[in-house]
Amino acid sequence: MNPKRDHYPEGEALHYSLNRRYRRASIWQTLFFSALVIAILSLAALLYNVIDGAFGYVAFEYKNDPSEFSAKPLDDLSKQELLDILKANLSSGAFTKLENEKPMDTRSKSVLYTLLLERLIQIDTKQTWSMTDSIFRSAKIKAEVAEKYPEAKLEFRSWLTPVFLTTPMSSKAEFAGVRTAILGSLWMVGIAILFALPIGTGAAIYLQEYASKNFLTRIIQTNINNLAGVPSIVYGMLGLAIFVRALEPFTSGSLFGVTDSNGRTILSAGLTMGTLVLPLIIINAQEAIKSVPDSLRQAAFGVGATRWQTVWHHVLPNALPGILTGSILAVSRAIGETAPLIVVGASTFISIDPDGPFSKFTALPIQIYQWTTRAQSEFHSIAAAAIIVLLILLLTLNATAILLRNRVQRKY
Amino acid sequence: MENIQTPEIAIETKNLFIFYGSFAAVSEVNMKIEKQKVTAIIGPSGCGKSTLIRAFNRMNDFVPSSYVTGEILLQGQNLYGRDIDPVEVRRKIGMVFQKPNPFPKSIYENIAWGANINGFKGNMDELVEQSLRGAALWDEVKDKLKKSAYELSGGQQQRLCIARTIAIQPEIILMDEPASALDPISTLRIEELMQELKKNYTIIIVTHNMQQAARVSDYTAMMMLEKDGSRSGTVIEFSETKKIFTNPKDKRTEDYVTGRFG
Repeated sequence: MNPKRDHYPEGEALHYSLNRRYRRASIWQTLFFSALVIAILSLAALLYNVIDGAFGYVAFEYKNDPSEFSAKPLDDLSKQELLDILKANLSSGAFTKLENEKPMDTRSKSVLYTLLLERLIQIDTKQTWSMTDSIFRSAKIKAEVAEKYPEAKLEFRSWLTPVFLTTPMSSKAEFAGVRTAILGSLWMVGIAILFALPIGTGAAIYLQEYASKNFLTRIIQTNINNLAGVPSIVYGMLGLAIFVRALEPFTSGSLFGVTDSNGRTILSAGLTMGTLVLPLIIINAQEAIKSVPDSLRQAAFGVGATRWQTVWHHVLPNALPGILTGSILAVSRAIGETAPLIVVGASTFISIDPDGPFSKFTALPIQIYQWTTRAQSEFHSIAAAAIIVLLILLLTLNATAILLRNRVQRKY
Repeated sequence: MENIQTPEIAIETKNLFIFYGSFAAVSEVNMKIEKQKVTAIIGPSGCGKSTLIRAFNRMNDFVPSSYVTGEILLQGQNLYGRDIDPVEVRRKIGMVFQKPNPFPKSIYENIAWGANINGFKGNMDELVEQSLRGAALWDEVKDKLKKSAYELSGGQQQRLCIARTIAIQPEIILMDEPASALDPISTLRIEELMQELKKNYTIIIVTHNMQQAARVSDYTAMMMLEKDGSRSGTVIEFSETKKIFTNPKDKRTEDYVTGRFG
């Protein structure tokens, strides 16, 4: 018999040792599982908190009695009737102004209805309640409203409506929408990606495929990794100094004949965001390029390909899914950033859609931030609704990018 | 009358040293490799066989800090000369690697790509067919040229890699243990193919398998680490395969081929 065998446990001792190993494993397993549970719970709490604010009872009064404008209940009015009421009661100057923005008869019924409420009847919101309160304490809320605001109507409202998505900013929470902010965010992210993706991929290709591994490239590499962790407000300062101030002729569009803006444009914001996500894109693209097997490069070199032909025909196509995944992460980061936009000069109140890179702009996080700082509770409700919009926008962009990635991924 | 016709030399090394940094991985190799013959390089692991064969088409250039002293002469021209473009060298000296590495493209494109980037102007369909026939693969794949090369078996993939190499019409084909990842039947097919290929090409093959060297090669180079403990490999004996296996001059070769070493 092999003498070494005596050193290993047998029988009862083996059983005991095995049990100990399993126990230890199960402790770790429980720990990891609870980490997962905590993560899921915090995500659920976040979602609950947001949704809780975006739906619920609202008590409001009409400043002007609807019966002054229409004998019928407001909900039963047809589009033509709404149009007639607006025409009859708005001052002709105000009506012409609206007509100039967009012809009245091309607007939808719900838009006209909103105009009627906003301009003529005028709503005074007294109080709002969260969804949980509205569901579980509805009797109490009704009693409270009857006592405190005898004139007020109580309504269960979703603050997130199609109208909310399609109307621009307004100073009244009931009529404010996020269209301008959505468009601003999309423009900004678009510019950021157009700027950062080619540059980032190019830098990654150079570092991975061309640069020799020496002291200098190691310093550059370390710096790129560090830049990815620099606080975003620092990028805001950079954007302010470079894009808003130093490159003002370019970013304001005065080089291209645009006269009515300064450097605080959507272009500056997009470029700032692009700079912010550039390290992220470089690092991810480098990882993707690294993961292309060397045997493929050798195969290409072996048939007499140049470095560039190898990169262009083999390395890049095979790294593309990874590069796109990196840009998904970049977009996700850019779309949620607030601090750099405040520094670069996003407008907090703007009701004109951005129509090009030289427009003034606002973005969803800016809008949310601005609304949450207001005192009135109805603004908190629309902030919650805007957060839902932001989350949905984020998910949509991510889903698009994932679909795109899967299409690019070769089925070989 | 003695046959006075001197054998034609395809490629020749003169006092070749290959360094990684300050370490000479291969030292002092002098070989004359004959045209349209199969030359095998054998030897124990880590003796520099792959390093040597990769020096022939400058694949070692990709290893940082590697360099070469001495000369490798292709038709009298030093491949490591100042005005030589390594890309051109690799077109003239093709390479088949240890693990089959077809491109993640269709079978057709696998062959056409190398031709395209090298500026091939002839009939591509014809070239693809000829190359596949040359690699004894045509009958197996002629109906699925548009299919991915990854759908082929390992042996077929390796023959596709050979077809891809002969499509660019090199003068020499280097094979770095081309059958070590394949099963015995695929290995046999590659070996048979090499006998066909040597009618048109000079073949240099690195192999671990001494039976394979004995079966396929006309000449054999025996590599060993130098005895001085420098961990540097060199060719200790180079002659006809028959001689290496039946009547080696060097005691170390004899030990190795008879299985007493390595």
